[in-house]
Amino acid sequence: MVATASTAGMVLDTFPKYLLLNAERFGDRPAMRHKDFGIWQSWTWSEQKAQVRSLALGLQALGVRHGDKIAIVGTNRPRLYWGFAAAQSLGAIPVPVYADAVAEEMAYVLDHAEVGFAIVQDQEQVDKIQSFAEKIPALKVVIYDEPRGLRDYDREHLHDFADVQASGEALLQADAQLAKWWEENIRQASGDDVSVMLYTSGTTGRSKGVMIKAVNAVNAAADTAEFDKLSEQDSVLAYLPLAWVGDHYLNYAQGYVSGFCMACPESQQTIAHDLREIGPTFYFAPPRIFEGLLTSVTIRMEDAGWLKRKIFDHYVGVARKHGQAILEGRPVPLLGRLNYALGEMLVYGPLKNVLGLSKIRVAYTAGEAIGEDLFSFFRSLGINLKQLYGQTEAFLYVTVQKDGEVRSDAVGPAAPNVDIRISNDGEVQFRSPGMFSGYFKQDEQTRETLTRDGYVKTGDAGFFDKDGQLKIIDRAKDVGKLESGALFAPKYIENTLKFFPNIKEAVAFGDGRDFCAAFINIDLQAVGNWAERNNIAYASYQELAGHPEVYRIIAKHVDETNLRLSREPLMAGAQIKRFLVLHKELDADDGELTRTLKVRRSFVGERYGELIEALYDGSKDKYIETEMTFEDGRKGKVHATVRIEDARVYDAKVEKFREAAE
Amino acid sequence: MNLRPDPRELAAPDDGIAKGAMLLEVKNVSLSFGGVKAITNISFDILKGEIRAIIGPNGAGKTSMLNVINGFYTPQQGTIVFRGEERRAMKPHHAVRQGIARTFQNVALFKGMSTLDNIMAGRSVKMKRGLGWQMLWHGPALAEEIEHREKVEEIIDFLEIQHIRRTPVGKLPYGLQKRVELGRALAMEPSLLLLDEPMAGMNLEEKEDMSRFIIDVNQQRGTTIALIEHDMGVVMDLSDRVVVLDYGKKIADGVPDAVKANKQVIDAYLGVAH
Repeated sequence: MVATASTAGMVLDTFPKYLLLNAERFGDRPAMRHKDFGIWQSWTWSEQKAQVRSLALGLQALGVRHGDKIAIVGTNRPRLYWGFAAAQSLGAIPVPVYADAVAEEMAYVLDHAEVGFAIVQDQEQVDKIQSFAEKIPALKVVIYDEPRGLRDYDREHLHDFADVQASGEALLQADAQLAKWWEENIRQASGDDVSVMLYTSGTTGRSKGVMIKAVNAVNAAADTAEFDKLSEQDSVLAYLPLAWVGDHYLNYAQGYVSGFCMACPESQQTIAHDLREIGPTFYFAPPRIFEGLLTSVTIRMEDAGWLKRKIFDHYVGVARKHGQAILEGRPVPLLGRLNYALGEMLVYGPLKNVLGLSKIRVAYTAGEAIGEDLFSFFRSLGINLKQLYGQTEAFLYVTVQKDGEVRSDAVGPAAPNVDIRISNDGEVQFRSPGMFSGYFKQDEQTRETLTRDGYVKTGDAGFFDKDGQLKIIDRAKDVGKLESGALFAPKYIENTLKFFPNIKEAVAFGDGRDFCAAFINIDLQAVGNWAERNNIAYASYQELAGHPEVYRIIAKHVDETNLRLSREPLMAGAQIKRFLVLHKELDADDGELTRTLKVRRSFVGERYGELIEALYDGSKDKYIETEMTFEDGRKGKVHATVRIEDARVYDAKVEKFREAAE
Repeated sequence: MNLRPDPRELAAPDDGIAKGAMLLEVKNVSLSFGGVKAITNISFDILKGEIRAIIGPNGAGKTSMLNVINGFYTPQQGTIVFRGEERRAMKPHHAVRQGIARTFQNVALFKGMSTLDNIMAGRSVKMKRGLGWQMLWHGPALAEEIEHREKVEEIIDFLEIQHIRRTPVGKLPYGLQKRVELGRALAMEPSLLLLDEPMAGMNLEEKEDMSRFIIDVNQQRGTTIALIEHDMGVVMDLSDRVVVLDYGKKIADGVPDAVKANKQVIDAYLGVAH
């Protein structure tokens, strides 16, 4: 399973070993790019090795030893990625932390992980860490990438990244043996060491530190890199949160294993622009981002002249008819092919170019269900968009769709070398090459998550479809029943609602109740644009959300959702009977969403308890006051009278869960 | 390796004046338009490296004062001493050459041009090659352009406006336009920066950002700043010293706490009858 480098004769079971190998085999090829001061800077694999080496030696001089934990906090920056490899080369364990975590969350993770060192991006993160410094006495060294604004700070624990590298470089100059020692140290390292500790986003309670062994991490990455035929010729734009398993796996792990080039955007606001300039071949985005792309394309087309609109609509129609078949190599009539080629010239090509998706060979989406319309739109343009299903505990991949066997409503068969089974109560369980070795300092939770025979419980309810693709219904513990006994899968209902561009977020309730009811968040971009076009004035999100016309639109969407649900035997029993449009956007800063922007159902349930009661007691409206947190951490209050409306329920034969689950 | 020395910590342009020494002195200046007296016999000074606020109710003569300092108006009486040189009349472009840059109460950018081009325009005063060379755009002119572009990119990075580099400024929201205007003024690498209501019309978050930038410009680049602002909270937090005008006369001058406690200032702001 583990590949061997012929020249060095070492077993490739850690990422630093791949760093040495890549510096040898792809020494002159780009390994890293970053746009800085308006220009793309690049580093080859041999330059990257030198960067990592001087950092590692500098870290060692600061006291980093085997087994130490090093927090890495910030957005996607070359220096932070070098921090991972430098730590690993010393046998230390990198612990990436979400850069937008508020101080309290960050303090919890740093404390729990027993972090002694931190490499952070800028003043913002330094300030955050200093605000709780006395609570984590173990943290002795903070290294920052961007010196801006930090000039007058107390230097006692604070170090400039460049200085750390310079001190490493100086040691290297002074002692010729040091470079050799460092490489030898990497060669001797064991694949059984923990490669990285990833904290879960905390959808359910406090986040847990998922430990991934080096050999597991490398094997998993090698499997999927081979599956998608990734090579040093590929390129990616690393823009997802550093602390998320997806970024670490898809960009860092796969990048080291296949030797491709990782590009870091100039800033979080320039991602769309940078994507266009880089033109990556491998791309991952959660459905939310594809949704955003489609929404912005739709809005801009609505503002375009009638001729452009006509051309666009016509060729999107052509693409919908033939695009996917052409992508999958299925037979298509000659006229269809010609039409599609013309469309490629007039519409799809330029559109993909604007979106930065021209060179995409493989694109993935995961994390949430994706709407059929949305999914097929991108595929029909000739973008090989596929789905995967994964978890931090699996070091990402559990299932993945093969080229040509792609559907929007399933997530594919087991990924290479992964075993999956469905337990008796409908839960998906897996065993995989990349699977975690345990939660840090939480043996009890580890035991609860693993089965006796070594499978990981995902906590997701699902089943295999006829063609062997896995279908996920919902979190197993969220799947409930209405009083009537009908299956209630909140996420499924919410996702059906969210497929409408006007609905950004939805929360469904109904477990143990008479009927299903829902909170709805409107999408400010889509609804705002609609309001503008229809000369509807509004001063705030709250005012727009409560507008009678907006209610009418949402009511139509709810009605359509019910119609769709009524056609699915499993879900027909839980149609939405009553709904309301929330007066504020659900926000991670208020704890309503996780950092990966998933709804924290129980928290929302508690916070808006009064509104839920109002949904069920038949009242027409309800006054509520809610505390909210601003971006700078200050708190304020919003209050509103929220209107509640009834929706029509369609007739359908309702099946019970037992019958359908087999 | 292409890691350049970090330019984010730029030194102030060296004008031979020590920090804390007199940079500019306004001596007994009076300005009137016909029968209207805009400024009556005002004197104050600006020290190198400080943030100096000029405040006062509407029509107190604040903007007129800035216009006198940068040479747009010529006062009927009094003189201005800048970097040891005494003068009364001066053209604005001389002021720019001497190191005085400013922003305006109502944004005055080139709306059809991109952020980048607007800030580049601020560099034009520093460009040495003539129009002929510029049109040829080869050899020395190109080298010069690259050099200036680097400075401009530093400013773009400093003000965190990378994402609007290529956007025509007319399309930008107001708060960002204000930031671009600050960028254009910074491009001149002034030793004295005049800001005319840099936060007018901004929301709280934009004000906080702008305050941050003003402090950074002052502390990291060592640029001396004179600013007019209505938001008292901002003024008292930002500035080292405050001069208060009312009906064209100076009624107070000193550190924020002293000015806040001054009876005349309180009266002027509360609108007590004179």
